[in-house]
Amino acid sequence: MKFSGFKVVKEALTGHKGWTPLWRNPEPKPAYDIVIVGGGGHGLATAFYLAKTFGELKVAVLEKGWLGSGNIGRNTTIIRSNYLLPGNEPFYEFSMKLWENLEQETNFNSMVSQRGIINLIHTDAQRDAYRRRGNAMMLVGAGARLLSRDELKGMVPFLNFDNARFPIKGGLMQERAGTARHDGVVWGYARGADMRGVDIIQNCEVTGFKIEGGKVLGVETSRGFIGAKKVGVAVAGSSGRVMAKAGMRLPIESHVLQAFVSEGLKPTIPGVITFGAGHFYVSQSDKGGLVFGGDIDGYNSYAQRGNLPVVEDVLEGGMALMPMIGRARLLRSWGGIMDMSMDGSPIIDQTHIDGLYLNAGWCYGGFKATPASGYAFAHLLATGRPHETAAAYRLDRFERGYVIDEKGVGAQPNLH
Amino acid sequence: MLIPHPLLGLRDSQEFTYLGDANLMHRPDATAENAEAQFCDYVFQRENPAGVHRELWFHEQGDRSWLVVTRDTTTHEILGAELASNVKLGAAE
Ligand SMILES: Cc1cc2nc3c(=O)[nH]c(=O)nc-3n(C[C@H](O)[C@H](O)[C@H](O)COP(=O)(O)OP(=O)(O)OC[C@H]3O[C@@H](n4cnc5c(N)ncnc54)[C@H](O)[C@@H]3O)c2cc1C
Repeated sequence: MKFSGFKVVKEALTGHKGWTPLWRNPEPKPAYDIVIVGGGGHGLATAFYLAKTFGELKVAVLEKGWLGSGNIGRNTTIIRSNYLLPGNEPFYEFSMKLWENLEQETNFNSMVSQRGIINLIHTDAQRDAYRRRGNAMMLVGAGARLLSRDELKGMVPFLNFDNARFPIKGGLMQERAGTARHDGVVWGYARGADMRGVDIIQNCEVTGFKIEGGKVLGVETSRGFIGAKKVGVAVAGSSGRVMAKAGMRLPIESHVLQAFVSEGLKPTIPGVITFGAGHFYVSQSDKGGLVFGGDIDGYNSYAQRGNLPVVEDVLEGGMALMPMIGRARLLRSWGGIMDMSMDGSPIIDQTHIDGLYLNAGWCYGGFKATPASGYAFAHLLATGRPHETAAAYRLDRFERGYVIDEKGVGAQPNLH
Repeated sequence: MLIPHPLLGLRDSQEFTYLGDANLMHRPDATAENAEAQFCDYVFQRENPAGVHRELWFHEQGDRSWLVVTRDTTTHEILGAELASNVKLGAAE
């Protein structure tokens, strides 16, 4: 079934009887060429590009719950390529380019909306740092614009420009950044992969790996053993506990990040606004809810829910930045488990076990990376070589001293 | 979360800052032959268990002592807290 404007009109006139499920629910086969563990954004994108771009025919995605039950269904949907360091920026810009063409590529409406992101500036030093970042962005063609205080006042007049502690002096804008519909991304990749023969198997938890003579032979699951020539693990916040089953420790701690949504309001916030100094960022969903969040809670957690101090901290940040938010009612808050790496940057690499590959360490920024992460992981799984934009994301970069530490805070995951 | 401070009783976790796995107390011997590998492991690799975790919390806005808190990372339930200095001295005996 292909989606098109014509199809929508036709179905509207014929009682919507022609829509079919977006993917099959096949029984697992005894073995595959490539098994992807984790049916989040990254796992599904990997399977999609494996089938579409790299022509892999026997691929399965094993998901312990339902598609979209992890972080891909919990994040605040911001996509951007405004990084600084050479190891990161080309990768995120590659991702942004894939976002720009995603809906054509998957024939699915993922509601990619390039409404722009503004990082606020409060001091001269911060302006210097953002000018440098903007230059790094322009070097890879990501585009960046330094905004003056007056320009900002015209764009987002509701901000508190004269906050005593953090007066707003300007901003760094990336116009191509924005948001996408998280569920639409899951469903688009899942449908696209399924259409090309990938078996997506839900309610199938990987409980162990079969490893003999240093080579992986398959995975033990809640639905029996499944053989595989190659296994790619993309389980985000569960990376530590899944890789422990292969006897590995990782340069990763799992932490909880919370997010919030208000009642639906008329359009007020033009794009994404980040107030890093106050641990707060916000955008407005197409339904009208203000979607916002702040920092991780800061202690190891697998609980998928946070605690009140961070709720308070985020809402204080919101009130300091845009006092009008105090009039909106909060509808919901929730949490997801972040795979916080030791330098705040991801890992896309093979492991020391032959045939076992790892995609992890996405911290709170893995949604925007979904297309490039899937593409680069598929490239690695299919060709055995890292994709050119992901070549720095090696597992051994820590011991070699090649950390990619955007924030410069060292091996302290709760500070990234 | 309320942390049962051994000297001060139940204290709000907001008074503390968090460092991480309590094994960070055991800094490797810099003169050992494989010190480089040991330090790399010490600085970067983590057990990161889903379940009971022993971890270091610093009572920054309190008596500025380091505690070893035992906590379940799947429920946030706090199972106990000891003074890190006692743990360290106990281990040395
Ligand atoms: C509150 C919040 C806000 C965020 N905001 C943003 C943002 O604005 N922008 C941004 O770029 N990023 C954001 N992120 C981060 C982003 O959501 C994640 O980095 C990204 O989704 C992780 O990749 P994933 O989609 O593959 O993860 P997931 O969707 O978590 O996928 C992993 C999957 O693996 C499955 N799994 C785990 N263990 C097993 C097993 N043993 N067997 C089989 N399957 C298993 C899980 O069930 C899960 O479905 C946010 C995250 C949170 C929680």
